[in-house]
Amino acid sequence: MGRYIIRRLLQSIPVLLGATLLIFTIVFALPGDPIAALAGEKQSNPNLVAILRERYHLNDPLLLQYWHYISGVLFRGDLGINFSEVPVSQLLAGKFQVTLNLALTALIIEALVGVGLGLWAALRRGKATDTMILASTLLLISVPTLVSGFILQYILGVKLKQWTGADIFPIAGIANGLRSYLLPGFVLAGVSIAYLTRLTRTSLAETLRADFIRTATAKGLSRRRVVGRHALRNALIPLITFLGADLGNLMGGAVITERIFNLPGIGLQLFDSVYLREQPVVVGIVTILVLIYIVANLAVDLMYAVLDPRIRYE
Amino acid sequence: MKKTSADVLPVEGVYGDEPLLAVDDLHVEFRTRAGIVRAVNGVSYTVNPGETLAVLGESGSGKSVTAQAIMGILDMPPAHIPHGEIRFKGTDLLKLSEEARTQVRGQRIAMIFQDALSALNPVFTVGWQISEMFRVHRGMSKADAMKKAVELMDRVRIPAARQRVNDYPHQFSGGMRQRIMIAMSIALDPEVLIADEPTTALDVTVQAQIMDLLADLQRESQMGLILITHDLGVVADVADKIAVMYAGRIVERASVHDIYRAPAHPYTKGLLESIPRVDLKGQDLYAIKGLPPNLLELPTGCAFHPRCPYRQDNCVTDVPPLYQISGTRGSACHYWREVLDGER
Ligand SMILES: Nc1ncnc2c1ncn2[C@@H]1O[C@H](COP(=O)(O)OP(=O)(O)OP(=O)(O)O)[C@@H](O)[C@H]1O
Ligand SMILES: [Mg+2]
Repeated sequence: MGRYIIRRLLQSIPVLLGATLLIFTIVFALPGDPIAALAGEKQSNPNLVAILRERYHLNDPLLLQYWHYISGVLFRGDLGINFSEVPVSQLLAGKFQVTLNLALTALIIEALVGVGLGLWAALRRGKATDTMILASTLLLISVPTLVSGFILQYILGVKLKQWTGADIFPIAGIANGLRSYLLPGFVLAGVSIAYLTRLTRTSLAETLRADFIRTATAKGLSRRRVVGRHALRNALIPLITFLGADLGNLMGGAVITERIFNLPGIGLQLFDSVYLREQPVVVGIVTILVLIYIVANLAVDLMYAVLDPRIRYE
Repeated sequence: MKKTSADVLPVEGVYGDEPLLAVDDLHVEFRTRAGIVRAVNGVSYTVNPGETLAVLGESGSGKSVTAQAIMGILDMPPAHIPHGEIRFKGTDLLKLSEEARTQVRGQRIAMIFQDALSALNPVFTVGWQISEMFRVHRGMSKADAMKKAVELMDRVRIPAARQRVNDYPHQFSGGMRQRIMIAMSIALDPEVLIADEPTTALDVTVQAQIMDLLADLQRESQMGLILITHDLGVVADVADKIAVMYAGRIVERASVHDIYRAPAHPYTKGLLESIPRVDLKGQDLYAIKGLPPNLLELPTGCAFHPRCPYRQDNCVTDVPPLYQISGTRGSACHYWREVLDGER
């Protein structure tokens, strides 16, 4: 097992390099001059510009720039500094926490609602409940986050507050602790909830058709035990995989949600940094996201081995 | 207090002349989109303590559906039981509440399935699965139930049972897995055991071992055994009596001795003649010509008539009843005399 983990981590190095190089190239190819952008509309001092360009290696060829960057990341754990001389790692630390909170809130909501609805639908297959749940997942999938986000913000954030007088779902910022994340978390989870509901429904329905379920029934077990113990353990396996892989998606998807709810996370930062062409920040964020993907996927594979005894890693 | 099956079913000996288990004129149909599949059309058979009934018939003849109806594990719908009784010690199981039925399943009537790999739950250890019977039905502690599981694994002759209780089904060979199925099914000393093609998925040497094991267990416990198979070779050694099914009906019912000596139904005759025999090596096997009937649209009259070498005009129009030949022997063929006499 230990050797498997090490091998997986080694395998992920090329993935990390590839992804960062790609994003580095894209940022590099963006039109406009970052130093000019720094000065805004004003005419900047050509000498200063030259110094800054030298300092941030902006005159070097792309690959060399990339080397400056990635060697810092790999050998010093240093994500570089932005154009205001703030270390990127320091800049991102607090924001990263915000995004992680958001993504984890979304993941928990997704797991509870998605699995719950999916199980409910599977146990009521073909009945009205099932049809209604399926229809609402379709709706969730087809409405973009941008739209559902604003609608929920308006109804649950603005209107509900007007009706009840209580600020149950804050509409912006993180001033209210965990409560601030509920509404954004739900919006972020929206599409994933729909997919997870469908996956859960299919997975349980399929498991209920398995031979070992017939055996469990023939053992004289109650329906409750047959479904809750024998079927559920098997049906959960693909869901765990989906949830693990989705953590990365949620972190990435946070860009839009953080804009809607004005949460100071890495998504919002990414937006600003792309605008300002702060290469180190953009690449730093992407690097972190890629790392999270890799770790989440590894964790999923390990979970898989725990849940399904037929799987063994060497 | 936990309710036991004794509350709803007669205890030992109270059921008088009734057989241990009697299936009586059972009909099962599946209402599907394509139409009504009449899988079982009036099956009757009985089994008594210590007795082995072999149920024979080609694929699709309704052997498993009958067994599942006895166990009460058919999905209803699509399955329906429009007519018939399944009496266990005189009590019609079909009239019991679902709760009472659950008390019979697994405890009084148990079943083992064809493919033990798919019939065992892949994510639980075999010990967990066997001991579940004791935990759920007998309220035993985990440790005690596990001890019982080891005892049972010993009893079905699984080597090194103590070391292997915590292994998972996929870690066992096919024969060992079927032994685990058997251990699980006999855990609570059921009075009736239904074995649905328990050896079909195994290779020949292992098949014999499993059949021996079943026979031994039955001798020890005097349970009634219903052995479903399409392998006539297996039947001769272990069965007391045979019921041959075709298109959801019993077409012949006889003792093993009688049926091997002289079959009284053309279909049985066909089955017997398709057993490969060493002394007839090289000759053509008598394979029953034609295809099994379409259960959505059963042939008129005798369902076997399109394939029958003895067919006469009335076979196409009149459904043959199960003619009584002697004692408990019966044949659902208008011309059973000719078949018995071996005329063709
Ligand atoms: N859920 C179902 N829906 C529709 N038809 C079914 C269903 N289950 C079984 N049948 C039909 O009932 C008939 C009898 O099936 P059954 O499983 O009893 O056959 P069998 O005699 O056990 O055959 P085999 O030797 O292949 O196991 C088959 O034609 C099958 O197609
Ligand atoms: Mg069958």
